[in-house]
Amino acid sequence: MRPEEILHPRPEGLYCAPGDFYIDPVRPVDRALITHGHSDHARAGHGLVMATAETLAIMAARYGADFAGARECAAYGEARSIGDAQVRFVPAGHVLGSAQIVVEAGGKRIVVSGDYKRRRDPTCPAFEPIACDVFVTEATFALPVFRHPDDRAEIAKLLRSIAQQPERAHLVGAYALGKAQRIIALLREAGYGETIYLHGAMEGLCALYERCGVPLGPLAAATTTEKRDFAGAIVICPPAAMADRWSRRFPDPVACFASGWMRVKQRAKRSGVELPLVISDHADWDELTGTIKEIAPGEVWITHGRDDALARWAALNGLAARPLRLVGFDDEDD
Amino acid sequence: MRAFTDLLDRLILTRSRNAKLDALARYFAETPDPDRGAALAAIAGALTFNTAKPALLRKLAADRVDAELFALSYDYVGDLAETVALIWPERPGANRAPTLGEVYETLTYAGKLDAPRLIERWLDALDASERWALLKLVTGGLRIGAGARLAKQALAQWSNRPLTEIEEIWHGLAPPYRDLFAWLEGRADKPAARALAPFRPVMLAHALEEEDRPRLDARDFAAEWKWDGVRVQAVSDSGVRRLYTRNGEDVSAAFPDVIDHLSFEGALDGELLVRDGDALGSFNDLQQRLNRKRPDAKIIARFPAFVRAYDILADGGDDMRALPFAARRRRLEALIVDARSPRLDLSPLLSAADWEAFAALRASPAPPGVEGLMLKRWDSRYEIGRPRGLWWKWKRDPYRIDAVLMYAQRGHGKRSSLYSDFTFGVWRGDELTPVGKAYFGFTDNELAQLDKFVRDNETERFGPVRAVRAGADFGLVLEIAFEGLARSTRHKSGVAMRFPRIARIRWDKPAAEADRLETLEALLRAAKSRAGD
Repeated sequence: MRPEEILHPRPEGLYCAPGDFYIDPVRPVDRALITHGHSDHARAGHGLVMATAETLAIMAARYGADFAGARECAAYGEARSIGDAQVRFVPAGHVLGSAQIVVEAGGKRIVVSGDYKRRRDPTCPAFEPIACDVFVTEATFALPVFRHPDDRAEIAKLLRSIAQQPERAHLVGAYALGKAQRIIALLREAGYGETIYLHGAMEGLCALYERCGVPLGPLAAATTTEKRDFAGAIVICPPAAMADRWSRRFPDPVACFASGWMRVKQRAKRSGVELPLVISDHADWDELTGTIKEIAPGEVWITHGRDDALARWAALNGLAARPLRLVGFDDEDD
Repeated sequence: MRAFTDLLDRLILTRSRNAKLDALARYFAETPDPDRGAALAAIAGALTFNTAKPALLRKLAADRVDAELFALSYDYVGDLAETVALIWPERPGANRAPTLGEVYETLTYAGKLDAPRLIERWLDALDASERWALLKLVTGGLRIGAGARLAKQALAQWSNRPLTEIEEIWHGLAPPYRDLFAWLEGRADKPAARALAPFRPVMLAHALEEEDRPRLDARDFAAEWKWDGVRVQAVSDSGVRRLYTRNGEDVSAAFPDVIDHLSFEGALDGELLVRDGDALGSFNDLQQRLNRKRPDAKIIARFPAFVRAYDILADGGDDMRALPFAARRRRLEALIVDARSPRLDLSPLLSAADWEAFAALRASPAPPGVEGLMLKRWDSRYEIGRPRGLWWKWKRDPYRIDAVLMYAQRGHGKRSSLYSDFTFGVWRGDELTPVGKAYFGFTDNELAQLDKFVRDNETERFGPVRAVRAGADFGLVLEIAFEGLARSTRHKSGVAMRFPRIARIRWDKPAAEADRLETLEALLRAAKSRAGD
């Protein structure tokens, strides 16, 4: 069986014919396998959703308990049959519950990585490389200018800034699922024991992380008390809230933004960020190319992001690669 | 390079002026020579390494990175130096990282042929953000939101020396400024202002308020028009001629037509203006010249510049500043006559001897290019700074119109959560046409009310811009004060306001009763007909 007969893009999303299911579909389908809980991958309204327990819990928290007709929990490493296909969920190291989906049919193995990273993340199990015929990779940061620095050094930068400007609140823009909790966990690892304040959009997901066994230390809602209460404090909020009326309650806040995009100074400047923190939940250029080299698949398919640059790299390295041009993924989110 | 890199990072990412000053002051205090001098030169725009051009950076990158991957990356990043800095493949442990001082001194003496090899070796030894700082430094285009003026202010703040003293000696100094730092740290005497045609710190006027007048005797004062140009100091000294702004910034290169005709010896204080045909050009016209560091012949011919002199600081080798204004004025008049320069004339004294006459002059339709009156004590010496009671500026009342709020945009920094940039329009037929943009003039409290109005009445979004409800039956009227009006092809309405600000929010006024474009056009015609007098 040719790989294209096992998996191919359709308007709804990436479709597996032997198993009659979709992976991360963007429109409602009968059977969906979901790699992780970010809203461009995990959407409400499918018939049956199969995902890790954590991803199912995240979807329920975001969309309500009735986000799908039925749900099926997939444990990491456990093989299951769906029609003529065998599937297996393997850690992707992206966010809590994130998985690569290994699809086997007709003697071929395809790994759909979803979004992934290779660095250690205290909030989720590490990416496991799986040998395969086709590796389906993301390409969010697939340009050689993206090399994420050590996240501990970025956290140290934040703590130094707080020490230097104790009269100001530090407002850290971070995506509500994954990035926010990782920042908190990294701060705790760096010895920061103070209460960390949360925007309302973060509270539910932080509680969920704790229920799933990721300790985050003392947290409190960033509700309006006296202005000076937040001097010297760290407040975590969605990036959009930094420029919103919500942010006015803080004393002369330092706008920080934790994202892989912050590697580009011009971009940080344009978005009005005063303290860029280059912390990403996606693989950088070296991780993407290193992972492909390590797995050494027969072929590489590229889902979303800078697919042209990664395809160029593959060509330079004698690897077969092609973009799938899937629509509906928001490659700006990190 | 680390400290310099961190400094550039702070300067580029913070919008607060005070934070920039603090960052610079801290850097000067903590960094040794010659590093801090090299940084000062880079920020002040006093460094020109002709060895490192963008083409060289491209070539260095091309030797290390696939051309297509580089092109895709450059497309994304948009800045050549930053692309090269980020994309440079690291060779851990390749070399010892250079200090800023080493980079500066090595490149100062390096030949064109050595530069590529040197820069390549440094790129191998530095981390990504240091590489960015290095490339910004060697290509000279820092664009970090800080320049000579801010750097000098930071030096003054750090050392507790008056800014004017630093400005006065600045043009005689050269990187890496060891003598300057030694003086600022109290280890040496002040370096002499030994350059030819030095800048002399200027004397400034106070704004005249209603309550000042009764305490002043009009007979003590000479009156002149206050010109709406740029205050300059024209200096000619043994063949060296320079044109400085009031902050001591040397703008000679932008005005070669004026420099060519500074046919005198001495230093004059005056207003830089341009002509438009037979008439005096508007401030907008002058701006066309100011915006070009090296103007072409066409723009020089279109808007020839000249200096309208009103004071004299040096006559030949004689310092005039201790003389009273009346005596200086006689010397100035004589010098202008002798100079016979087509790019130099005299700002006339106005004959008026009491407050009523002054007030009448100020209220009368003034000649074009006038924004009010200057009153100077006949006996005033030329003193540095803004001494109390000697010189007064009495600006004409601003023009005022009632306009309707049409669009709003968020501000920056502390205002980033507030809609604080407002576009307003006036009626043309049944439609509103935008005529200007204002982002100050209101109190914090009024800003909060304006912000709320925008949020409650948003109708459309165009990127960061919000359209607000504005029509004959509903809309917010803003009383706009402005200093002048000029024809503009860049604005849809055909007019451009000078210095518009929000004078009052007219919650009480129906939008249909706001002003019409015809009102502005009449103002323009009035200005034009006076220009033809």
